[in-house]
Formats: sequence, C-alpha cells, structure tokens
Amino acid sequence: MSVALDNRGLPIAQAPAVDVANNKRPPMLRNNALMDAIFKNLTRFFAFLVFSLLAAILVSLVIGSTASLEKYGVRFLFNENWDPVKEDFGALVPIFGTLVTSGIALGIAIPVSFGIALFLTELSPPWLRRPLGTAIEMLAAVPSIIYGMWGLFIFAPLFQEYAQPIMAKTLGNVPLLKVFFSGPPMGIGMLAAGIILAVMVIPFITAVMRDVFELVPPMLKESAYGLGSTTWEVVWRVVLPYTKVGVIGGIMLGLGRALGETMAVTFVIGNAHQLSASLFAPGNSIASALANEFTEAVGDLYTSALVELGLILFLITTIVLALSKLLLMQLAKGEGERT
Amino acid sequence: MRISRVSVAALAVSALTTISAFATDITGAGATFPYPIYAKWADAYKTKTGTGLNYQSIGSGGGIKQINAKTVDFGASDMPLKPEELDKGGLTQFPTVIGGAVPVVNLPGIKNGEIKLTGKVLGDIYLGKVTKWNDAEIAALNKGVKLPDEAITVVHRSDGSGTTFIWSNYLSKVNPEWKEKVGEGTSVNWPVGVGGKGNEGVASYSQKIAGAIGYVEYAYALQNKMTAIAMQNKDGHYVDANAETFKAAAAGADWSKAPGFYLILTDQPGKDAWPISGATFILMHKTQDKPDTAKEVLKFFQWAYKDGDKLAMSLDYVPLPDSVVKQIETSWKANIKDASGKSVY
Repeated sequence: MSVALDNRGLPIAQAPAVDVANNKRPPMLRNNALMDAIFKNLTRFFAFLVFSLLAAILVSLVIGSTASLEKYGVRFLFNENWDPVKEDFGALVPIFGTLVTSGIALGIAIPVSFGIALFLTELSPPWLRRPLGTAIEMLAAVPSIIYGMWGLFIFAPLFQEYAQPIMAKTLGNVPLLKVFFSGPPMGIGMLAAGIILAVMVIPFITAVMRDVFELVPPMLKESAYGLGSTTWEVVWRVVLPYTKVGVIGGIMLGLGRALGETMAVTFVIGNAHQLSASLFAPGNSIASALANEFTEAVGDLYTSALVELGLILFLITTIVLALSKLLLMQLAKGEGERT
Repeated sequence: MRISRVSVAALAVSALTTISAFATDITGAGATFPYPIYAKWADAYKTKTGTGLNYQSIGSGGGIKQINAKTVDFGASDMPLKPEELDKGGLTQFPTVIGGAVPVVNLPGIKNGEIKLTGKVLGDIYLGKVTKWNDAEIAALNKGVKLPDEAITVVHRSDGSGTTFIWSNYLSKVNPEWKEKVGEGTSVNWPVGVGGKGNEGVASYSQKIAGAIGYVEYAYALQNKMTAIAMQNKDGHYVDANAETFKAAAAGADWSKAPGFYLILTDQPGKDAWPISGATFILMHKTQDKPDTAKEVLKFFQWAYKDGDKLAMSLDYVPLPDSVVKQIETSWKANIKDASGKSVY
C-alpha cells in the first residue's frame, strides 16, 4: 500500500481499502455488516412486539366484552346498577370511584411531592439529601398489598377514631362542603382509599421531579438569583417552566399507578356499588371490582361486563395520556423561540 | 465394561414410566369454602394409598367452568346447579360437607348469642330499612337487652361466594321484599353496606367498625371467637350456630326427593335446626372419558365419607349423615358411567 504524504511531508493515516460492492472488507470489518443487520432487525422486532402486544390486548378486550357491548351499548357508562342476579350491569359507580380516588390521590400527592423535591434540591443541607432520597425510593419499593394491609389494620381505625370526627365537625359544617363529609365515619371509604393512593404515588412523582429539577442548568438559576429573585420565584418561574415536560411526565406516571392500583384500594374502599357524594362513603373502583368478582363470575354477560370495565379503564388511561400530551403542547406554545 | 449411552437412556426411561404408572393423581377445582378440608383429606389419603389429589381453590364459578371444559376430574361448587343445568352439561352432583353462615355483630357489652333476630328482621337490616340497633323491630325481639342508639353498618362480601349464596337464599325465603328486590346468587346487588373481600375481609370490617353486622362461615366465626346472633328457625325456636344445630338442619332435610341432590339447607324444619346452613357440592361428568380416573375420584370420596369425619369436625365442618352417604353412593352407581354404559363405581 503506498503511503500518501500531506503538505508537510508527514504520512496521512489511511483506512484500509473497503470494497463494499464485492464485500471485500478486511476481516475485522466483515462481520460487522451482519451484526449490524441482526441488531437492527432485533431491535425493530422488539419495538414491533410492544406495538403488537398493545394491539392484541385491545383486541382481546373488545372481543371479550362483545356480549355486554351488544346488550347495553352506551347506556353502560351511565347505569348506576350492578345487579348480577337480574343481570343489569352499569359502569358508573366503578368509573366514578376510580376517578375520584385518583383525583384525591393526585390532589394530595402533587403538592407534597413538589414540596419534597423542592426541599431536596434547593433547601436541604447536603448531608440530608442522600438518606432522604433513599427513603423516598424505599417507599416506592413497598408492595402495594402491604399498603392495603397497613391501610386496613392501622390507618383506617385511627382515621375513624380521630381524623374523621374532626373533619365532620369542622368541614362538615361549612355550607358547600357539608355534603362531602356526611355519613357515619367508618375509617374505610373513598377518602381513605384516596389518601393511601397518595402515599403510594408520592415516591414516583417525587423521584421524577427531583431528577428533573437537578437537571436545570445552574447558569439559569444563578442568573435569576443574580437579578434578585427569591428562592420561590426561581423555582416557580425558572425551574418549573424549564422542567415542565418531566414534571408532567412524572405526574402522569403517578396517575397511571393510581388509576390501576388494585389491592391497596380493594382493602380500604369498602366495595359498595353505591353512588354517594360523601367522601366518607364506601365506593368501588374498576380495578377492585375486577379483582373481587372476576374469578367467581358465573355467566357470559357477567364476565363480559367485567371485561368491558377493563376496556373502559384502558380507554381512561389512554385519554389521560392524550390529555397530558395536549397540555404539554399548549404550554410549549408559550415558550420563546429555541436558538 | 463400557455402558453405552443408549442403554443408560433406555433404563432411565423405563424407570420413569414404571414410577408414573403407580401415581394416578386426581385433579379438582372450585369452591374456596371446603378447600381446607379437601386439602386435609388429600394429605391423609395420599399417606394411606399413595394417590394424590390436586385441588385448586379458584372459586365456585371457576370450578363450574373447568369441569365443563373437562380440564379437571371434578369441579366443586358451593352453589348447587339446578337439574336443568346439570342435564345441559351432562353432569351429576353430590354434596360432601355441610357448613353455614353465621351473623356476627360488633357491639360493646353484647355477648355471644345474646341478640336474637328473626329472618325477616335480618332481611330488613340488610335491605337498609332498619338502620339503628335500638329500632323497635329489634327491641321487640330482645326484651331485657340493652341495645345502644348506634347506626347499623351492614357488612357483606365484595367477591362472589357460596356463603353469599346461602345467605341470600335464606333471606329470599324469609323476607318477600328481599326476594323481589335482590334475589339470590353468589354475587348480588346489595342495597346497603360495605363489602369485604373473603371471609377475612368481612370478619375484619365487622370487628373494626362499631355497630357492624356481618356474616361469615361458621368455621370462621368459631375460630375467631366472634359475637354471633341467635336466629329463629322455621319451627320458631331461637338457636345458636354450632355443630349440633347444623347436623339437625341436615338431618331434617329429605334428600331422596331432590333430583341431583339439589337441596339448599336453608330454613329447614326441625326443633334445633340452624336456619342458614348449606352443603358444598362436587360436580362430575355422567359419561366418563377416563373411567379409571373417575374410579379413583369416587374411591377418594368414599374414603372421605367413611374415615374423614373426624378430620372434617376438627376443622369445624359438619359431615353428612350416613343415610345421605348411602344415597350418594347409590347415585354414583346409577349416574357415573363409562363410554360403553357400564357403571364406573
């Protein structure tokens, strides 16, 4: 091989001659083409697998619920009854329970997680950051059925004895809020389920929020501080807008867990197919209705009604995800131009 | 001498096949209520004869589905199938043990059996018509008992269950409004109350919520020392739930007139009969594809009826009276046949 020289008379490093058309490559490079092809197709296959699993689940849910779809149609969504004996099924109570408990959970978890993430990134002394962070992560690792048992055996009695009477006496006398805190205190119910879900969801949202808060370039924050902003103004006007994609992603993660959480909710929600405005009342969620009734469901219509509940939950999660993407698009419109 | 690989492999295969020829395991699936006693019987039977039983307690609904799909040798259900349903599936059924539901309360100062109720008042409580413990209807039955001015919290099962079936069947018999509004089944449309998952869930809520009334399996109430309610039976006597009153309920029943043993033991006549009893049932196909396995299943149950009574009673189940066992064994001879029509038993 002749050695080429550059204008200073020094040899130029040359790659070995590659004749791709005839596949004449040096031995080391010859296998790479095959490996590349295998790798590319393998990853393509995995991506396709995910897609096809999703489609397969959707298709099987639709097929499983045909009997119930045919019989009830859209009325299923607004029917309050759940009568296995007379075969009159309606999804209103489970849907209501799922949305209300998840709503309560997020309503409690978002501010608390925000506070924890803020503390961890801005306010806490450095020696406290790691242990606190680890503690939050361990909270996420606790199995959900343990939360259910803790909720039923420890939280609910304390809630019934101390917290609920206080709430009934104070908030129960405020004119507009009265209806939400009526009824005998049982410890279990929608509010208890919402609170336990909040505890389960906080670690996830906190972890994501803390991670994205730490990714904010120090330059941005220091510029704001330099202009005289308080810590709160820096967080609210600089950090949050910068990290909003991650924050909303974390909230959606928590919401996804809250919507689908089964065992913890089943233990404390009271499992009553009744619609009530009061937060002290028992209710039902889609996941706990499925967990309770699926194995013993006798008859095609009953089973198909339960599968349709599963389909509705699937659709709720999809709608929530779509809404979050829309929200992000709306927020992005308010941003300045990217340079 | 070199032993060739082929001969070693052949030896291993033949050894395995001879071993498997001795172990004919029978499989069953279904009701959760009798699972503890089936497991105990299976254990004792395997020690005695070497035949094992693999029972999956997936619920009565699951048991019915599995036996219809012929994936198990027998199905178990707390709710008996009606004769038409048996004919449709080509099945025969027979009872194994008796249990029942016991109403329990959580009221301070009230002792076991102190509160008495009739079926109609119990139904009214579960309908939500009677909402306080010191209601006139309850007070009328319990003169001399100090009933507190507390709200009644009704506790029921959130999952489908044979206990619910027995409970709702009884209430349908004694309370016409219950029969019309709610009906009976393993899962019903409860007008009021909270639902607990499994007997454990109901027991837990009943013990934690002040003023709660719930229903649990008899074995459960006994082992957890819960405060039970005395019920008025068909003859008008107030009885507590115990082994004698369950036996009395079974004895008073006339099984010979019930095709397919479709007899629900609620509200049976008899001075000492407990009104909320029920048996649990086994389902088998009438025409057996595998007559040898069917024979093993019947031999297992024959042993259970003969030698398993003590084990059943140790777990607080009530064994069937001998007269009923004889009827069951006669039904096996008549109903369970192989493909050629010859009786398997």
